[in-house]
Amino acid sequence: MAVMTYLESVRETLRQEMRRDPRIIIYGEDVGVRGGVFRVTEGLQAEFGEERVMDSPLAEAAIVGTAIGAAINGLRPIPEIQFADFIFPAFNQIVEEAARIRYRSNGDFGVPMVVRAPYGGGIHGALYHSQSVEAFFAHVPGLKVVMPATPYDVKGLLASSIEDEDPVIFLEHKGAYRSIRGEVPDERYLIPLGSADVKRQGTDISIISWGMTVNFSLTAAQKLEQEDGVSAEVLDLRTVRPLDVDAILATTKKTGKVLIVYEDNLTGGFGGEVSAIIAEHALFDLDAPIRRLAGPDVPAMPYAPTLEHAFMVTPDKIHDAALNLARF
Amino acid sequence: MPRTRVKNAPDPELMHRMYYYMVLARMLDERTWILNRQGRAPFVISGQGHEAAQVGAALAFDPEVDIVCPYYRDLGVVLVFGMTPGEVVSGHLGRSTDPSSGGRQMPSHWGHRARHIITGSSPVATQILHATGTALASKARGEKAVSAAFFGEGSTNQGDFHEGLNFASVHKLPVIFICENNGYAISVPQRKQMAIANVAARAQGYGMPGVTVDGLDPVAVYEATKAAVDRARAGDGPSLLEFKVVRLTAHSSDDDDKSYRSPEELAAMRREDPVPRFKSRMEELGIWDDAKEQDLRKRVREEVDQATRVAEAASLPDPDTLLLHVYG
Repeated sequence: MAVMTYLESVRETLRQEMRRDPRIIIYGEDVGVRGGVFRVTEGLQAEFGEERVMDSPLAEAAIVGTAIGAAINGLRPIPEIQFADFIFPAFNQIVEEAARIRYRSNGDFGVPMVVRAPYGGGIHGALYHSQSVEAFFAHVPGLKVVMPATPYDVKGLLASSIEDEDPVIFLEHKGAYRSIRGEVPDERYLIPLGSADVKRQGTDISIISWGMTVNFSLTAAQKLEQEDGVSAEVLDLRTVRPLDVDAILATTKKTGKVLIVYEDNLTGGFGGEVSAIIAEHALFDLDAPIRRLAGPDVPAMPYAPTLEHAFMVTPDKIHDAALNLARF
Repeated sequence: MPRTRVKNAPDPELMHRMYYYMVLARMLDERTWILNRQGRAPFVISGQGHEAAQVGAALAFDPEVDIVCPYYRDLGVVLVFGMTPGEVVSGHLGRSTDPSSGGRQMPSHWGHRARHIITGSSPVATQILHATGTALASKARGEKAVSAAFFGEGSTNQGDFHEGLNFASVHKLPVIFICENNGYAISVPQRKQMAIANVAARAQGYGMPGVTVDGLDPVAVYEATKAAVDRARAGDGPSLLEFKVVRLTAHSSDDDDKSYRSPEELAAMRREDPVPRFKSRMEELGIWDDAKEQDLRKRVREEVDQATRVAEAASLPDPDTLLLHVYG
């Protein structure tokens, strides 16, 4: 068992999976010699060669579109989109092609492909290096959308994503890359896609989140316990599609108060879906209105530190929203 | 399947096979229009006028190992690759036996894993990237398979065309890009689509051979394609082939081309019909006569009749299958 960063966990999982499965290839912008702009793939080309870790032209539709063809023809491609903000030129290939190929061919073809993309803000990335894109893809049947919060979950979820027979959008929070550390077992393990995880037990209020804001929620929950005597449960969805509906309803029934926390813009964000599920299936278990804490409805995150901070969902904002709800 | 090389003196056996597939494609296509006008097939998109290009090109591949990403006009291509006329008509009638999609897609959105025909969609040019990706996988495994993407000249204005040709050329992939240039993107003539006379000129920008061929001559098409396939199989990289064809019908059964093409233009185009043109050529060579023509027409008519009967006898998809094949 080693303690490593979130980023190291991505890299070591890729390495471990590539060693065991020769069908895996990685490609994207700068992933080869440079090892990626975040250094996630550092050393992989040296170990596996240029045939399996390739620098690609700067063209996202080509990166994803060719990966679809490669997956159909027996490889397990893991294309990297350098920033989730740049995934939209590939939106057509992901949504119209990858997501629909199994359905439209009546099960004759499948696309076992993992599109990795760093998402999220708070790293001075401004409008085009900070976006949270999960809602666009979570809307699409045929796709799976995975958003790990911890190095341990990165490993188990990435291995499961690579084994999966369907296209997976694997979103890594770039703020987590170096700031989040944790224990990661050496041996290979799988975390099933669609299984949420109670990251912290609590009795007064449930905080439901995914990705980096799970970590912020845990910090907030600790403060709530210590300073306010409020016992907050933190449920990490880990994958927004497939969605662990049972876990959402279980925590709702347990505490009766739900705060949904996500970094994406509020309106049309995935929190709306979580809220609808609770409203449909657990209305009479609620002791207070469902609340959402999310990014404001501005087009994207600004650059200046004051503006960026004002946009971000922070542990303090989560604490305040949770305390307010707990006292409802 | 015997592979006969056409050199200076065209091989009669190969020309007969070409003509058989051209007539089959034409008569089958005509049958789908009848089914449409009878109200039995809701939609038809036609390949009439493209048969020489489709059949001549497809016969230059080895369907046992090669992989094709056709577009919706490519009836002649999929017939050569082994899709049966009964399977084709089952698609038009939305039957459960439709191998492309089990009645899920519009007709002519071909796909058939066992026949190496990769599923396609309606957004144009996306398959250019898929063929590039299947070629990437073949090359990665050291296989000799060649991939092909077929598309119209309208598709060459899409970004996926540019990205695919560039990617394939950088990686020297075994893939052939085949443009069936009929001069129209629905109603928009070529002069309003691009400021060049020949799509093949674009190849120069990608560092690959680009060839313009009379697409009404299946022998010329075959020879050009065979040269490109041999080149790709030898590891020398991709080619762009442009076959100038005529679109003898409206864009689809929902279009009226009399609203944008003059009667004179339509009449002139019909005089270029590749099917009678090729028949005359074989007659001039002394390898075809009326008796052979009558025999062939009778045989193909029976094939088309049988295909229609088989498709009509097949069941429509069970509504309970609506939710199947979203994930594997």
